[in-house]
Amino acid sequence: MKPEYKIISDLIEKNAKVLDVGCDDGTLMEFLKTNKNVNIRGIEISKEKVQTCIAKGLTVIEGNAEFDLKQFPNDSFEYVVLGQTLQAFINPEIVIKELLRVGNKAIVTIPNFGHWKVRLNLLFKGTMPITNSLPHDWYNTPNIHMCTIKDFVRFSKIIDFKIFKSLALINENVSDINNLNLIFKNLFGELGIFLIEK
Amino acid sequence: MDIKQNIKTLIVEKPLKLDCGQTINNFPLAYETYGSLNHEKDNAILVFHALTGDQFVTGINPVTKKDGWWSYAVGSGKSIDTDKYFVICANVIGGCMGSFGPSHENPKTKKIYGTDFPVITINDMVNAQINLLDFFGIKKLFSIVGGSMGGMQVLQFISNYPDKTKTAIPIACTSSHSAQNIAFNELGRQAITADHNWSDGDYNLKNIVPDKGLAVARMAAHITYLSKKGLQEKFGRKLQERDDLKFGFDADFQIESYLRYQGSVFVDRFDANSYLYITRAMDYFDLVKQFNGNLSNAFKDTKAKFFIISFTSDWLYPTQENKEIVIALNAVGANVGFVEIESDKGHDSFLLNIPDFLKALKNFLDKSYAEKLS
Repeated sequence: MKPEYKIISDLIEKNAKVLDVGCDDGTLMEFLKTNKNVNIRGIEISKEKVQTCIAKGLTVIEGNAEFDLKQFPNDSFEYVVLGQTLQAFINPEIVIKELLRVGNKAIVTIPNFGHWKVRLNLLFKGTMPITNSLPHDWYNTPNIHMCTIKDFVRFSKIIDFKIFKSLALINENVSDINNLNLIFKNLFGELGIFLIEK
Repeated sequence: MDIKQNIKTLIVEKPLKLDCGQTINNFPLAYETYGSLNHEKDNAILVFHALTGDQFVTGINPVTKKDGWWSYAVGSGKSIDTDKYFVICANVIGGCMGSFGPSHENPKTKKIYGTDFPVITINDMVNAQINLLDFFGIKKLFSIVGGSMGGMQVLQFISNYPDKTKTAIPIACTSSHSAQNIAFNELGRQAITADHNWSDGDYNLKNIVPDKGLAVARMAAHITYLSKKGLQEKFGRKLQERDDLKFGFDADFQIESYLRYQGSVFVDRFDANSYLYITRAMDYFDLVKQFNGNLSNAFKDTKAKFFIISFTSDWLYPTQENKEIVIALNAVGANVGFVEIESDKGHDSFLLNIPDFLKALKNFLDKSYAEKLS
C-alpha cells in the first residue's frame, strides 16, 4: 500500500460518497471502505485492473477520466480522489475542473518534480530525471505534464480553485505546506497532497 | 418428437395485457431450473435467453440433445454456479419451446395461430416471466442476467420491477434497437416470408416448413454475430473439401459450407413464425422512447447493483451502446460497474468460452452475494 493512502483517508469523512479516479487495483478503495465506511466507486482505464477490482467486489467502471467523467452529474460525490495521475492527462486543467464539478471536494496527489533529487539529476547528468517515483525514460513516460508542488499552488490561482489543505510527504512523514515553507517543501517533498474545492 | 414430457410449464392464469392491446390469460410459460432454492429464498437468478435461445440454459437440452446455450457460463462451479444459486430460465412468450407462441392452437378458432398470434414486445416477455417469482415464492431475486435480447429483458425487467432484484447484469445489449439492428432483422423476416412454403404463416396446416427462408434468415443473422477478424482467422478463403474452385455455385469455400450448416441445423429446432415474432419484439424495443427520451428515468427507482459487460469486437451491440446504459445509470447515481472484454469473437462472445468474461461474471456474482445486499 502506498504511504499516502493513510493521509488521503484522514482527509475523508466517514460514510462519504467517494469516486476514485484512476483507481488502479482498488487498494485505496478497499482501504477507504474498511477505514471510513465510504460508498466508493472507481474509474480505471486498464481492463486488467478493472478485473482485479471486480474480483475484490468493488464497483468500477472501465473508462478514461479525461473523457468519461462527463457522464457524472454535478456534485455526484462528496470527494473525488485523483492519485498521482494529473501529470498523465492531455489537459490537466479540464480534468481539475471536471473533478470539482462532479465532486464537492477533490484530493489530488502529485509526484513533485521539484524534489532535489530530480533537480540534481538534471543538473549533473543533463538527461531527463529518472527516480523511484518517476521510473520512465522521456520517450516512453505516460507523464507528459509534470509539475512541482509550487507549480500546483500557482495553478490554483491561475485556474481559480481553492486549496483547502496542502501536505507534503517526506520520507513517509507528512507535514503541512504553507506560504513560509513552500520553497523548502518544494525541494524536499516527494509527493504533494492537496485537498481542493471550487 | 414429443417434447412436452420434458418441458416444465407454468400456466399463467392472471390476465396479461399486452402492449398491442390484447389481453391473454391461462397461457403456458415453459421454464427450467438448475440448482436449488435455499431456505431464505435469496439465491435465485433469473436468466433471460436471446433470440434463438430457450429455457435449457445448461446441461444437455432434452429436445435438441445438444449442450444448453450457456453451458460455458452456467453450471456446477461455473460463473453462474448452480451449486450456489438457483437458476431459473423461461422460454419467452412468442417462442417455440413450450411457451405461448404462434405455433400454439388458438382456442377460439381451434386453428394454429400463425400470424394471428398477437405481436409481443420485450415488455410483454418480462411481464409474463414475473409470474415465476410468485410461483416459486421469491420476493426478491439475487440477480437477473442476460446477453443480447436477454440483456434487453434485464433492462426492461428492472424498469418495470425496480425492487425485485438485488443485482442486474445486462450483457452485450442496447437500450434501443438501432436502424442497423432492425435492417438485419427485416432481412431475416423477408427471407422467411418470401419462402413459398411460409404460406402466409399457415405452413403448419399444410405440414410443410419454410426451411429455406428460415435457413437464410439464420445465415444472415449468424454473420452479424461474428467479427470480420474472427471469420477471417477461422475460415479465410479456405476451400471446402476440394483442391480448387469448381466454377459453380456449390459451397466452394468453407465459410459457405459453415453457414449452410448453421442454417440447416437451425430449421430443425426453430419455428419460422416465432422468428418473425421475436425479431419484431427486438425491433420494437426502445427503452429510451418509453421514458420520453431520458433513459435514466428507467432506472431512477432502483437500488440494484448493476454490472454491464460489452465485447471489443461486437459490432451488433457495440461497446458505445452498452456505455450509454452506464451513462444513464450514473446520471441517477445508480451503483454500476462496467467492463469491456477483449475478444475477437464478435457478438457471440457472451456465449463462448472467453475466460476474462466468465471470470468477471463469476467474481461480480460471488462478491455481490457475499455482501448480502438488501
